[in-house]
Amino acid sequence: MSPLVSIEGLSVAFNGVPVLHGVDLSLRKGEAIGLVGESGSGKSVTWLAALGLLPRHARVSGSVRLDGREILSAPAATLDQVRGGRVAMIFQDPASALNPVLTIRKQLCEALALHRDLSGDALKVEARRLLDLVGIPDAARRLSAYPHEFSGGQVQRIMIAMALAGNPDLLVADEPTTALDATIQAQILDLLSQIRREMGMAMVLISHDLGVVAENCDRVAVMYAGRIVEEAPATALFDDPWHPYAQGLIGALPPLDGPRRRLTAIPGTVPDPSKMPAGCAFAPRCTVASEQCGVGAPSLAPLGDARAVACIRAEASRRALLGIAAE
Amino acid sequence: MGRYFAIRIARALLTIILVVTFAFVVLRLSGDPSLMILGPEAPPEVLAAFRKAWGLDDPIWMQYVDYFGAIAKGELGRSMRDGRPAIQLVLERIPATLALTLPAFAFKVALGIPAGIYAALNRGSAIDRAVMITAVAGFTVPSFVLALLLVLVFAVQLGWLPSGGQEGWRHAILPIATLGLGGAAVLARFTRSAMLEVLGQPYIRTASAKGVPWRKVVTSHALPNAAIPTVTVLGFMVGTLIAGAVVVESVFAWPGVGRLLVVAVANRDLAVVQCILLLVALTMVTSNLIVDFLYGFLDPRLRAKGAHA
Amino acid sequence: MSAPLVEVSAISRTYTMRSGMFGRSTAVHAVDGVSFSIRKGETLGLVGESGSGKSTTGRIVLGLEPPDAGEVRFDGEPMAAPGTREWRAQRARMQMIFQDPLGALDRRLVVAEQVREPLDIHGLGTRAEREVRVQELLRSVELSAQHGRRYPGALSGGQRQRIVLARALATKPDFLVCDEPVSALDVSIQAQVVNLLADLQAQLGLTMLFISHDLRVVRQISNIVAVMYLGRIVETGSADDLFARPQHPYTQALVSASPAPGRRSAGRIVLSGDPPNPAARPSGCAFHPRCPLAIARCVTELPALASVASDRQVACHLVTGPEAQSRDAA
Repeated sequence: MSPLVSIEGLSVAFNGVPVLHGVDLSLRKGEAIGLVGESGSGKSVTWLAALGLLPRHARVSGSVRLDGREILSAPAATLDQVRGGRVAMIFQDPASALNPVLTIRKQLCEALALHRDLSGDALKVEARRLLDLVGIPDAARRLSAYPHEFSGGQVQRIMIAMALAGNPDLLVADEPTTALDATIQAQILDLLSQIRREMGMAMVLISHDLGVVAENCDRVAVMYAGRIVEEAPATALFDDPWHPYAQGLIGALPPLDGPRRRLTAIPGTVPDPSKMPAGCAFAPRCTVASEQCGVGAPSLAPLGDARAVACIRAEASRRALLGIAAE
Repeated sequence: MGRYFAIRIARALLTIILVVTFAFVVLRLSGDPSLMILGPEAPPEVLAAFRKAWGLDDPIWMQYVDYFGAIAKGELGRSMRDGRPAIQLVLERIPATLALTLPAFAFKVALGIPAGIYAALNRGSAIDRAVMITAVAGFTVPSFVLALLLVLVFAVQLGWLPSGGQEGWRHAILPIATLGLGGAAVLARFTRSAMLEVLGQPYIRTASAKGVPWRKVVTSHALPNAAIPTVTVLGFMVGTLIAGAVVVESVFAWPGVGRLLVVAVANRDLAVVQCILLLVALTMVTSNLIVDFLYGFLDPRLRAKGAHA
Repeated sequence: MSAPLVEVSAISRTYTMRSGMFGRSTAVHAVDGVSFSIRKGETLGLVGESGSGKSTTGRIVLGLEPPDAGEVRFDGEPMAAPGTREWRAQRARMQMIFQDPLGALDRRLVVAEQVREPLDIHGLGTRAEREVRVQELLRSVELSAQHGRRYPGALSGGQRQRIVLARALATKPDFLVCDEPVSALDVSIQAQVVNLLADLQAQLGLTMLFISHDLRVVRQISNIVAVMYLGRIVETGSADDLFARPQHPYTQALVSASPAPGRRSAGRIVLSGDPPNPAARPSGCAFHPRCPLAIARCVTELPALASVASDRQVACHLVTGPEAQSRDAA
C-alpha cells in the first residue's frame, strides 16, 4: 500500500541555524503515529514545515508527498486545499487557538465553506452537527458564543470540530492536551480515538508525554535535536527501547505503581541548535558513547521488524540495559 | 452589553464634573474676581455692588452650584479684552481649526494605517525599514521644526506655497501637511506593532492551518484584532481635533482656537482660557467615550466583562 | 516515629470574587476544612487539578496567606502574626520554590549573588563565610562556580530551578514547600531535579510539602499523598499504596487518566463534564456531578474524611458509609 504522506530529507533552518536535519517519515492511511521528544527536538517544526505553516524566514528543503504528490513547493492555492481539507491540525494552547473576536459559528462555517460544497442553511446545520459530534452540549445556542465563553477542554473540542470540517485524511495533533487537566486530557484523547475509529482518519500525535503517545498510537518516532533517533511499534518501543536516548526518556518517567526506583536521569541538557556537536547530537549526554560517535551523525537504519534506530552503539546500549535489568 | 455602555457613560459624566470643579477651584484660587475685573483702584462701594450682583458674597457651595448652572447654560464669562462672551469668541474660531485638523486627521488615517499594515506584512523588507525610519523621524522631530522645514522648502526655496495666513486653500496645505505627517508616523508605528503582535498569535496559525488563503487570514482574522489597539490611538487623535494645532496655528499665523489660546494666555484673558480648557476636556472625554464604545463592538471579551461583572 | 513538624487543622480560605464596580459578589471556597500533618523528614504530596485549592493550601501553610478558619502549627507552635519577630524566625526555617524559576530570579543579577541574598538578609556569617557557603550551596545542587557567575537568562530551565533550590536552602530551612517545581521542565531534566530533591532531603533531613498535578512525580518524592478536589481532601494514604489501590472514585479516575506506556486506552475511566469550578461548588459531595457511582445521598450530604485502613482515609459515602457493604456484596 502506498503511503498517505511520505516525508523525505525534510530540513529546516531559521536564520541560517539548522533545527531539523533530514527527517524521513511515512504514514499509511488510517494509521496513528506518535512523535515524542523534548522541547526543541523538532517534532512540531516537522509538521509545520510539511504544511507550509512556518514563518517566511524559515528555510525548508526536502520532500513531502501527499498521495504521491509533492506539496512542499506547491503553489499557495494547492496548499490551501490540502490544509484543512486533506490534512487538519490542532494545537496546544486552547486559550489562544481560536480568534477571540469571531463567533464559533463564523470560525466553523469558514472551514466548512472552504472545503465542502455547502452554503446557507446547510452550512449552519453541518456546523451544529460537528459541535454535537465533539460533545459540546446545547450546540445550537453555543454556536453564537465567542471563544472566551468556553473552558479549555471545550475549546479543544471546538478545534477538533473545526479540524473535522473538511473530512481530512490526516489529523496532526500538536500537544493537544498539554495545557489541560488530567481528567479533561482523558476526555479529549478518548474523543480523538473515537473519531478516528469512526472516520478511519490517520493521526499524528505530537507530545512530550510518552504515556499519551504510547496509549494512543500504533507507531512511535522518537526525536532528538532535529532528528528521528528511533522508530518502532508503540509496544515494542516501550518494552525494549534501543536508542540510549529513548531508554533514558523511559527511565526518567517515574512509575505509578510497583516499587519505587531512582530515576535514570539523562545528564546534561539538550544542545543549542547553533552549537551542535559534531557527530551524534546525543553523544555528549550518552553513557555508552564511543569515540566513533563523535565522527558522524548516524543515520536511521532499519532493524528487522518495522523498527529503525540511529545509533552505532544501539546493540551495546541494549545489552547494558538488559544487564541492569537482569541484576 | 447595555451595562458596559451605561458604566462608560457614567464615567464620562463624572470626568466632566471633575473638570468643571477643577476649573471652579482654580478660578477661586487665582484671586478675587471683582478685583481682577474692576482693578485694584476701584472704589470699595463699586466692588461691593459688583460682588452682590455676581453673587460673590454667597457661601462658596452656592457659588459652586451657580457656576455649574452657568456652565450648563453656556455662560462662561466675557472676554476681558473686547467684552464679548468668551464662548462666542471660541466658537467663532472652531471652523478655522477644524479646517486644518479634519483634513490632517483624514491624511493620518489614509497614510498611517496602510503604511503600518504593509510594513508589518513585509517585516524586514526594504519598505518596512523605510516606513519605520520615516515614522521614527516623524514623531521625534517637533512639529514646529517640521513646520519651519516645510516653510523653508516649499515657501522660501521653491515658492510654491504661501508661508502663512488664511486667504485660501493653498494657505492650508503646509499646516495640514505638518499636522498630518507627524500623526501618520505615530499611527503607522502603532498599526505596525499591533499587526505584528496579532500575526504572531496562535489563532492566525489556526486560520492558515484550516486552509484560509493568506489574504483572507489578514483581512478577516488579523485586521479585526489589530484594530482594537489602533482605535486607542485614533481616539486620542480625535481628542486633539480642537486644541492639537496650537503650535502649527502659531507658526502659520492661522486664526484658529489654538492661536486664540496663545493670545488669551498672553493677555491673561481668564474667561477665554477657561472656556477653551473646558471645551478641550469635553472633546477628550467624548472621544474616550467613542473609543470605549468601539472597543465594546470590536472586542466581545470586554463586552462580556461589563455584562457579567 | 518522629513528631509532626507541620500540623494543619481544618483550615479554610474563602475569597470573594467580584469584578467591575457594581458586580455581584460570589464566595469562592478555595480551601475548605483541610487537615493534615507532616512528620519531620517526611514529604507530603498534594495532588489535584486546577481549582483544587492545592496551591492556596501551600500558601496558607507557609503563612503567606491567613486562613479564615483553622490553624497551622509549626514545630508545635502556632504560626506567629506576619511581620513580628517570631514570624521572621519561623519563616527563616521554611522556604518555598515555585514552578517558574525565571520569574523567581532577578534577571539583572548573577545567580551566585541571588543565592547569597538570604544569607545577607538574615546576617548569617562573615562575608568570607558567606562566599564559601554560596559555593557549597551551588555544589549541593550540582552546579559549578562558573554557573554562579552567569545571569539567569544564560542558564537552562533545569539549572535555574537548581539555583532557586540553592537559594531556598541557604538559610538551612527545616521545611520546604514545592509548588509544581518540575512541571515546566522536560522529562529528562525533570528526573534530574526530582533525584536531586530526593538526595537533598535525605542528606539534610528536610520536611517537604510537595504540590503537583503530576501523580508520578508526587508518588516518586512523597511518603504520604493527599488528593484534593474543590478545596477538600478526598483521599489520603501512603504513596506506595494510594495510586496502586485508589479507593475514592475521583482518585480512581485520576489514576486511570494518567497515561502509562504499555497500556492501551481500553478500560480508561473517562469522567464526563467540565473541570470543577470553585465559584460554583456542587452540593453534598462536590464530586457527585462527575462521579460515575454517585447515589442520592452524595447530592445532599458532604462525606467526611474517614479511616478505612491504618494508613488510608477516604471521603466517600460509597467507601465509608453503609452503602460500602452493599457495594462489596454486589
